[in-house]
Amino acid sequence: MSGVNRRYFVTERLAVGYDGVPLIRDIEIEIGQGEIVTLIGPNGSGKSTILKSITRQLKTLSGRVLVAGEELQKLSYRALSTRMAVVLTERMKPELMTCRDIVATGRYPYTGRLGILSAADEAKVEEAMAAVQVAELSDRDFNATSDGQRQRVLLARAICQEPEIIILDEPTSFLDIRHKLQLLSILRSMAKEKGITVIMSLHEIDLAQKISDRVLCVKGDHISLAGRPEDIFSEAAIRALYDISAGSYDPLFGSIELPRPAGEPRTFVLSACGTGIPVYRAMQKANEPFAAGILYENDVDCRLARQLASEVVTERPFAPIGDAAFERALALMARCERILDAGVALGACNRRMGELVDRARQMPGYEKV
Amino acid sequence: MSQNLSPASARFRRRARYELVFVLLVVALAVITVLNVNIGSVPIPVGEIARILLRRATDSAQYSIIWKIRLPRIMMAMLLGGALSLSGFLLQTFFGNPIAGPFVLGISSGAKMVVALVMIFFLDRLGRVSSFALIVAAFFGSLMAVGFILLLSRRLKHMAVLLVAGIMIGYICNAVTDFIVTFAEDSDIVNLRGWSLGSFSGMSWENVGVAAALVLIAAALVFLLSKPIGAYQLGEAYAQSMGVNIRAFRAALIALSSVLSATVTAFAGPISFVGIAVPHLIKRALNTSKPIVVIPATFLGGAVFCMGCDLIARTAFAPTELNISTVTSVFGAPVVIAMMLKRQKGR
Repeated sequence: MSGVNRRYFVTERLAVGYDGVPLIRDIEIEIGQGEIVTLIGPNGSGKSTILKSITRQLKTLSGRVLVAGEELQKLSYRALSTRMAVVLTERMKPELMTCRDIVATGRYPYTGRLGILSAADEAKVEEAMAAVQVAELSDRDFNATSDGQRQRVLLARAICQEPEIIILDEPTSFLDIRHKLQLLSILRSMAKEKGITVIMSLHEIDLAQKISDRVLCVKGDHISLAGRPEDIFSEAAIRALYDISAGSYDPLFGSIELPRPAGEPRTFVLSACGTGIPVYRAMQKANEPFAAGILYENDVDCRLARQLASEVVTERPFAPIGDAAFERALALMARCERILDAGVALGACNRRMGELVDRARQMPGYEKV
Repeated sequence: MSQNLSPASARFRRRARYELVFVLLVVALAVITVLNVNIGSVPIPVGEIARILLRRATDSAQYSIIWKIRLPRIMMAMLLGGALSLSGFLLQTFFGNPIAGPFVLGISSGAKMVVALVMIFFLDRLGRVSSFALIVAAFFGSLMAVGFILLLSRRLKHMAVLLVAGIMIGYICNAVTDFIVTFAEDSDIVNLRGWSLGSFSGMSWENVGVAAALVLIAAALVFLLSKPIGAYQLGEAYAQSMGVNIRAFRAALIALSSVLSATVTAFAGPISFVGIAVPHLIKRALNTSKPIVVIPATFLGGAVFCMGCDLIARTAFAPTELNISTVTSVFGAPVVIAMMLKRQKGR
């Protein structure tokens, strides 16, 4: 794309906090037009404080914020309002206002002294409501809407303001999974089709990973990590960011797992190509430590087994099963009280798995799942 | 309900509703004005009113009654009723609470206290007191009470607590006022007693002129603020993001609501419940809280409400006159209770 401002929103050595006490310092952000940037981090880490500071609800303590090259603190409220729109977490309870009334307030910067909407303004209101699929709520009282509808109405309000940048504070909280997906896909198409820059905070790291062009991790008194999701989402980074001591996070799919059952394995699970997953989960729920094998490193079972099993016997992808793995699996099976056979698909390279299953059948604890 | 209406026809229905409410208010205003001129210790037939006024027979008793007693009183009830309701509406917007008003927040009582002090001071030294001095006194009294509430509101985040604080401020100011009245000269007390309980009686055209100038200018300014008020109804943060300069706006709200309620207190004493009940009834009737329609309707509604209450105060137990607050409380308090019950249910 040509003509896109790669430095649309910039902060330089920004420090934010309350009552003159800096909470987070040295915030250096550089965001281009049409980019989606997400702040993640534990509760109370200061995500909202940053968002409040860059929307001017909170005075910045030091450093600069530049919007399209102009300094935020020097812009008039009015000039800023035609560039930046917000969707906030605080729950409002307006009196006797329809959803349409709420959306129409987005036209504020464009109407005259008394705020009367022109036909063009009315059209914009309708357009914005249609874009987030709330047109049918037009005459409904805002207080009589569900959380999902409410968030979309507020987003329509922000869109109606025709901003260049939208800032959202935890827009997906309180929403069910369907509405989360709906809201985020609306944001994505806004960013990519209309070139609107989006800055938001999210609690759902899996969604943050999937929607964001860039992610900022807020921890302690600074931005601990910043970059493209594929670069920064590692098991270790997430573990450190949220201080996770129990359970685990799989950066590939953005999934989280509860902690693995502790102790020596008493059960051995034989599986391949996904047949083991329901068995692992059942063992995890029963808090039974288990071992799994022999799994190719590229098997889906292997990804989960590494997070849930006490021991995993693995083999390199597509290689014939070697003696070392075979002997280790046998030894483990011999020590276990139960051997669960979840079903193993046999092919040219894993022929020895058939042999392993045969040996298992002769052992006392063998069960076919 | 109107779920399937097209946006255009829904808009048309809303407009029709607004127009109906305004027409009804204007008709009510006209009817009550005529009734107010008509009814009294000396009844003046409706047909006669225009003739008496047009003939300008300054020497006739009827002309004097209409021109010197009833009309100024009617005008005052109209202006001050509108001012009081508008002041309530502004305070409700400011605090984001429908139960806020100049009376419950102790603002009227603050004004009353300072006015009582000034009145006694001037009456003692000069034997008279100008309405201008009273208004200035009331304005400072109001600002003092508001300032105190604002100070408290920094610490008390909970709205209910703030209202209780307002009521307490009211009690303190009333106690001081009672103290002053108790030790005032006998000749002052007559004046002070009637006024401190609230009344529209004894208004002169000079009073009407001063009140009209203040109230109409303030009301016009409030109307011009309807756009930011609408934004502020979504909360401070949203209003700011739409381009409202919050500091200036909040200062304007407080100044205007104080001028309005101070004018009322200076002339008619503290009047209860109008500031809460009228904006609420008007919003219900219009089925919206859009300031651009609510502001003028609230002003008209307050005028009608106070003129009606004054009519009752004057005539219900004639020749004994009731305090205006007695009547406004009888009608206003149930509205407030109904409103609170409804809110509770809505939760």
